[in-house]
Parts: sequence; C-alpha cells; structure tokens
Amino acid sequence: MTMRTQDIITDKLTAAFAPESLRVVDESDEHEGHSGHRPGGQTHFRVYIVSEAFKGKSRIDRHRLINGALAAELAAGVHALAIHAAAPGEGAA
Amino acid sequence: MGIEQFIDNEVKSNDVVLFMKGTPQFPQCGFSGQVVHILDYLGVPYKGLNVLESAELRDGIKVFSNWPTIPQLYVKGEFVGGCDIVREMFQAGELQGLMKEKGLPVKEAAQA
Repeated sequence: MTMRTQDIITDKLTAAFAPESLRVVDESDEHEGHSGHRPGGQTHFRVYIVSEAFKGKSRIDRHRLINGALAAELAAGVHALAIHAAAPGEGAA
Repeated sequence: MGIEQFIDNEVKSNDVVLFMKGTPQFPQCGFSGQVVHILDYLGVPYKGLNVLESAELRDGIKVFSNWPTIPQLYVKGEFVGGCDIVREMFQAGELQGLMKEKGLPVKEAAQA
C-alpha cells in the first residue's frame, strides 16, 4: 500500500525539523473543481509547525526550508502548501 | 528577451507586482484572491501578471524567486513572499510598514 501524501509530509517534516508540534491537514476536498485539484485529492495541504529550527529565521527563510524539505512532493503533485511556521514561544503556529 | 529578463524588468519597472493566477479583477485561485484583496484594501497601486496565460512565466517566476508556489508579491524589486507571508505581514501591520518604508502610499484607514 502506498503511503498517503499527508503521512509522507509529516514524516519528512519530522525528520527535517524535529518539531515541537506539527499538524498536517489535507484540504484537498475544499478545492474540488479548482484547477489544481485532481480526482483522489492529496493536492492541497496546510502545515502548522513549531520548531527550534525556525528561531531567528525570517518568514521567507522558514518557508524556503519547508519547501526545500518537501521539494519532491511539490514537484510531484502537491499543488498548494499553506504554511504556518513558528519558533517555540512565538505563539500558535 | 528571455523570461528571466522579462521578470527582472517587470519587478524593477513597477513598484508593486503580483504574479498570480487570473487577474486582479478576476482571480482564479483563492490564494491569489487573498493577496488581491489585501492589496486592494491597502489601496496600493500594483500590476498583476497572470501566470495562467504563460507556462513560461509560470515556471520562470518559480525559478526566478526560488519559490515553488503562486502567488508571489514583489515590492520595489524585492520578493516579499507568497499568500501566507503576505497575510501574516498584513495582520501584523508589517506590510503597511513595508509599503510606507518604500515610499508607497497606503490608505489611512488601512494603517495599523
């Protein structure tokens, strides 16, 4: 059985950032009929992540780190990735 | 003119440029629409470039910015970010600050 994209994203982000908290939400259903949506979904995701790795990093740098960790998924069919990235103590991501 | 040169020229000759799906009048993606909404609220003049009209532009801007998703906002030739970053900055009042810092007029009511 192939892994769900949501689980792959969770695994990769966990390995890359050892997050204090992480939540990956599959929002593909909300985009049905939209150009990036495919039958079977797994195209639109939202990530909430809190990690020490983001301390002192700008918003752009944080997104670049996450996009880099998920480059293969972004190239292979993940159409949208909404990111809420924070360092510990910055408030809810 | 190559696509990189075209993009470089656009972001340098326009104060605010939004690479988006659809047009400011008719965004064709919710994420692009959110940024349009914020820019309209700020009352900042901007140029929208529709990446759906050109595969070359759509791929080219991703390489140019080293950023995998659309929309992408540029202010005075500088990459600001995508939808999430623009929204977070707007909510924190930072986007208004950035515009003013760059000498771009923001509607009084939109100031934090």
